[in-house]
Amino acid sequence: MANGWETVIGLETHVQLRTVSKMFCGCSAAFGAPPNTNVCPVCLGLPGALPVANEMAVKLAVRAALALGCTVHAHSVFARKNYFYPDLPKGYQISQFEQPLSTDGSVTYLSPDRGLLTATIARLHLEEDAGKSLHDRFPRRTAVDLNRCGVPLIEIVTGPDFRSPQEARAYLLTLKQVLEYSGISDVDMEKGSLRVDANVSVRRAGETALGTKTEVKNINSFAYVEKALTVERDRQVALRESGGSVVQQTMLYDSKTNSVRAQRLKEESHDYRYFPDPDLPPLVLSPEFIAEQQTALPELPARKRERFVAEYGLSLADAAVLTAERPVADYFEGVVRAGGADAKSAANWVMGEVLGDAKDNGEQLRVTPVGLAQLIGLVKGGTLSHQAAKRVFTDLAAHGGDPRAIAESLGLIQVADTGVLAGWVSDVLGAHANEVSRYQKGETKLLQFFVGQVMKASRGKADPKLTQRLLEEKLTP
Amino acid sequence: MSDPNEALVNAKAVAERITKTRRLNACLTPPKELRASLVQQAAMAHPSGVLYGMPVGVKDNICTLEFTTTCGSRILEGYRSPYEATAVARLKTAGALIAGKSNCDEFAMGSSTEHSAYGRAVHPLDKARVPGGSSGGSAALVAAGVVPAALGSETGGSVRQPASFCGIVGIKPTYGRVSRYGLVAFGSSLDQIGVFGRSVHDAARVLSVISGRDARDTTCEDRDPLRLPTVPESLQGFVIGVPREYFPTDLDPGVRRACDQAIRMMRDLGAAIREVSLPHTAYAVPTYYIIAPAEASSNLARYDGARYGPRFNGSTDVRALYRETRGQGFGAEVRRRILVGTYVLSSGYYDAYYRKAQQMRSLIAQDFRNVFDRGVDLLFTPTTPTPAFKAGEKITDPVAMYLSDIFTVTANLAGLPALSLPIGRIKGLPVGGQLIGQAFLEDEMLEAAYALERVVPAAGEV
Repeated sequence: MANGWETVIGLETHVQLRTVSKMFCGCSAAFGAPPNTNVCPVCLGLPGALPVANEMAVKLAVRAALALGCTVHAHSVFARKNYFYPDLPKGYQISQFEQPLSTDGSVTYLSPDRGLLTATIARLHLEEDAGKSLHDRFPRRTAVDLNRCGVPLIEIVTGPDFRSPQEARAYLLTLKQVLEYSGISDVDMEKGSLRVDANVSVRRAGETALGTKTEVKNINSFAYVEKALTVERDRQVALRESGGSVVQQTMLYDSKTNSVRAQRLKEESHDYRYFPDPDLPPLVLSPEFIAEQQTALPELPARKRERFVAEYGLSLADAAVLTAERPVADYFEGVVRAGGADAKSAANWVMGEVLGDAKDNGEQLRVTPVGLAQLIGLVKGGTLSHQAAKRVFTDLAAHGGDPRAIAESLGLIQVADTGVLAGWVSDVLGAHANEVSRYQKGETKLLQFFVGQVMKASRGKADPKLTQRLLEEKLTP
Repeated sequence: MSDPNEALVNAKAVAERITKTRRLNACLTPPKELRASLVQQAAMAHPSGVLYGMPVGVKDNICTLEFTTTCGSRILEGYRSPYEATAVARLKTAGALIAGKSNCDEFAMGSSTEHSAYGRAVHPLDKARVPGGSSGGSAALVAAGVVPAALGSETGGSVRQPASFCGIVGIKPTYGRVSRYGLVAFGSSLDQIGVFGRSVHDAARVLSVISGRDARDTTCEDRDPLRLPTVPESLQGFVIGVPREYFPTDLDPGVRRACDQAIRMMRDLGAAIREVSLPHTAYAVPTYYIIAPAEASSNLARYDGARYGPRFNGSTDVRALYRETRGQGFGAEVRRRILVGTYVLSSGYYDAYYRKAQQMRSLIAQDFRNVFDRGVDLLFTPTTPTPAFKAGEKITDPVAMYLSDIFTVTANLAGLPALSLPIGRIKGLPVGGQLIGQAFLEDEMLEAAYALERVVPAAGEV
């Protein structure tokens, strides 16, 4: 809430499904092919061609609906959305309108301002993508690439549930996580596999009626979601405070100038004339088909997070980090399952060394779960110090191999020979007479200082527990 | 195995006949191009095919690789499809020769073949009259003996009505019996490829070849190709319903006499004749003229000059390109229907027109089910209210033109199979009788047609 104003945001998200082929023909749905190479009579809308629904797309859409807690309807209808545009070769987009695939879902997400919240999903339906108009490729001309035309999408529409741009972003991140987890989409905003339009309005704090909304389009990256919504919110607040009123219209966000501009009225005065597509029979789904899709869904992040807390005794914060991405969660469980490592140490290693290394190396988890489990085991068994283990980890990540062998070749195996340790201990105590007398006068916290000095003298090889015991013996008068 | 030279002989003969009947303006393919293609096709045709060497005319709204596909429209002038319709591919596999593209009303919108951008087609028996439409070119070619069979398409009677006008057999199969893949869409929920023949058997043979499931059309039923029935000795056991709404008091007296005679003959063959009622018949034409234009307004949106077909504007403004291309590329009747269709789908009018029409369509289909549920096997009606009318007679009065479909649109709205066969003549002009069957029971309908065809004096005055 800014200066007594409340922001109300609803999101419409278009997500590209991860299918091999397009929604209504056999063309490849891959991103990045040379322009107009993944096309055929069907997606080009040539006279006489007919659409045939892609079963995999239907499966993924149903999985998405189930993952978002929606009611999947046994009977849904494809409808034509009619408008003229050069990148829409049929003059209509096949979508769903009056009878969508699914309705009434919810997503639980963590609001930065208000804690754990539930956003309502009003509907989730299937549709095909349009092509791409390229306005900057040739001077004063528009080029059309129809590779994207017919690529399967789901549209996910929320209620007006978000009260700040930050909340909208938090919801999107949760949505992205769920869709990524379930293998439904690559959810790559930069490749256009996730696109967001937002309905934004403001009202005075305490008002219950919704203000006039605008639709913000052209938010092309996750980084811009908050910015675009903030710009539009601030524009509306400023307008209202200066006595003006918000006009219902479409606002286009420009990331270069971080500003919004109203779309020309002519561009948006559409009457889409939706009607059921007579080329496609109603989509009828059997209870068995829907149940199969439920079975195909993996454990979703929220459930996994709860389980990590209960099963591994992790904190909610640690569980959230470990479950944020499915490969990381799977990796963590791989380490625990390999044996030798307790869950808490495994969690600390994954969140620390493993994710740190991945960040610098293209998100690759370079050390195998078994390798890490062995490494943690060496620390637990007293063979390696924690410091030494980090060095072994670095080597393991870069070159692979056996943790113990690496530790040996690097000379990092801990020294547990009391004779050798005693030598280092007496050297250290001899060199720090002042500290010794302070310790003996009761300043016992200096013990860790002595341990550190012995470690330094041993270049990290001294067994810290044994060292501590020897120090205590020697320091006791 | 047929005589391997038969195809070539037929190819040359049909090219010859097309040249001689150019006055009909029934075939849009230039004779030289047609002859060259036919000779080439004959060399490729497989002699073991069930239609080996049979020349089949194809309406110009069905995609072919051999010839352009213009739909009788300027907006597709010179358009060559990169793929062919499933029906055409099946004809070729069966050894048939694609005998050019036949003239039609633009995008199959019309009942006279006067709404063709390439000039009107002429009735083979009377040059002042129309052959009917929209598949008038295909009907005229078969009636004139140029080809033994031809493909047409139906949305509201576009095969049966010209068959009736031209004195030949025209079959519209059940919706979903024949793949629509490659049939240029007009009203997708009504469109179905149909067949013309000089006899029931010729038409049925071709229908059998083109019918059956097609993975490219999900509105095409997952069924085997139609099996042809044998010619029955009698119509013993058949219950044939005669719906009273199809015999209004102002029905042309000649048409009534021809129908009465045919009904008498079916009774003599052993059929039980029963008067029945289809109470919502009066709403069929208005219902049709909401649903078909609504679908057409969307189906024809793709013709915008951006990707194929001629452009009628050199400007770089895309709106102007659309406006000029569609304004000049489409004829008056097509523009009229696009406007009507756009209107009935518009927000605020959808419920009043389109939704209401869909409800009425269900009632019309229910009328038929009620009659069939009470033991009626087939219905018999006149195909059209009058014989072929004169060119120019209805061109300026769209409603009068639309009413010539009054007895045929119901089968399209209900998705039922129906056929027209000649049952007599009035002052030399053919009259057609219509049989309407139950969904996917074309075989029963064909049996009755075989039996009636054998006894009815098709060329006799009534």
